[in-house]
Amino acid sequence: MQPRDIAPHEILLPVRPVFIVFTLLAALLVNLLPWSGAMLTLKPDFVALVVLYWCIQQPRKLGFTVAWLMGLIMDVADGTLFGQHALAYSVLAFGGIVLHRRVLMFTMKDQILHVIPLLLVNDLIVLVIRKFGGADFPGFSYFVGSFIAGALWPLLSFLLKLPQRPVPDPDNV
Amino acid sequence: MEHSPPPFFKRGPTPLVRLLLCSLLSIALLIADARYRYLDDIRLVAAVIVYPLQRLAAAPGEMLARIGEFFVAQSTLHDNNLRLAEQNLLTGAKLQKYNALAAENAHLRELLAARQRFPERTIAAEVLYAGRDPFTRKIIIDKGEQHGIKAGQPAIDQLGVIGQVTRVYPWLAEITLVTDKEQLVPVQNVRNGLRAVLGGTGSTDQLELKFIPLNADFQNGDQLTTSGIDGVYPPGLPVAAVSNVERNAAYLFARIICKPVAGVSSRNQLLVLNWENKMPQRPADEEKPMRPKKSRRGG
Repeated sequence: MQPRDIAPHEILLPVRPVFIVFTLLAALLVNLLPWSGAMLTLKPDFVALVVLYWCIQQPRKLGFTVAWLMGLIMDVADGTLFGQHALAYSVLAFGGIVLHRRVLMFTMKDQILHVIPLLLVNDLIVLVIRKFGGADFPGFSYFVGSFIAGALWPLLSFLLKLPQRPVPDPDNV
Repeated sequence: MEHSPPPFFKRGPTPLVRLLLCSLLSIALLIADARYRYLDDIRLVAAVIVYPLQRLAAAPGEMLARIGEFFVAQSTLHDNNLRLAEQNLLTGAKLQKYNALAAENAHLRELLAARQRFPERTIAAEVLYAGRDPFTRKIIIDKGEQHGIKAGQPAIDQLGVIGQVTRVYPWLAEITLVTDKEQLVPVQNVRNGLRAVLGGTGSTDQLELKFIPLNADFQNGDQLTTSGIDGVYPPGLPVAAVSNVERNAAYLFARIICKPVAGVSSRNQLLVLNWENKMPQRPADEEKPMRPKKSRRGG
């Protein structure tokens, strides 16, 4: 019997912590770009996406502390209440860390189906906190960003895995 | 890391415990920030750390704009120049009249021993980016505490009020636009002097007059200016024009929709008014005569 939907397992080099820090900073930078109008509603939360990626890929290198701190930075940058992104990212990290063995067994398509609900939960937490703060529901387009983030997942996995791919050595085939 | 002992030894607290810790900490922060405003100093420090990143993120857009400026045709510049010179002449003439009027007004006010209106100083600022928070209407400008901006100052463009400075960082400031749901502006109807409170609705292009009785005299096209009685906005700045009046006897108040006159969500340059209102001191609350405590024990 041929197992159909199991991702081929790659053997990768260990990831360098500097690279993780670099990707997190890059995601933060992309989040801080002057988005406006329709782009703003469609914009996925790149920091959430990258934090989730590393929590799934390297749950031992990065976890709650980093997710929580990135949340605080996002709160400062957005000028929102302290702790709302921190809380949302912590829950996201929890989801990633608990599900990491399971998610990595699946092919890309099924991984996306895991990622999108996690990101939606992230959005939902921010939404609930804002609701408590007295804000209005900004409309269902608010959730579109997470679906776009899900669509970006394969690209992100490809890019972030590049430095871990061993360079084939022609002398040693 | 791959050679460290198997993961089921030495892993510290379980994810669930860590999640609970993080959540509790976040909720404590939320409460401390929302209820008690303890964290404003910490936010200031964190904002300084994030500032380079913010400038870096805004850089590509600025660069594109700069590059765009290079490719303006000479004829366009020439035309612009001519137009501006003409406009300058016209406004110069108006300004002369205004100066004469201002002098006359000052003189008359002196005669009446009335309170002088203080000249307002302005700080020109550029919008760095619109707030990324879909729940609120805010913009970040490139001037801050170091340039003399204080929280509470009004921001305007050449047409009217844009909003109010709500948070000040060392080199940045956050302006809440009049369209924000929580932002209120005291206004006056130019036509008949009726005072009202104008609030945002949260949508980009709509304001609403709050708590106006059904029979109040507001019509489509009425111009609303700041009334100045709040001491935040100087009086007489245009804010909005009434665009739709809906009177439904089923409701207590009329529903009056207005459109902002200033380019609230489209402006890249704006002025922050460094306006200190020398309001007369509020009369001190009269001490209420202490009511003699009722003693339970009968004397």
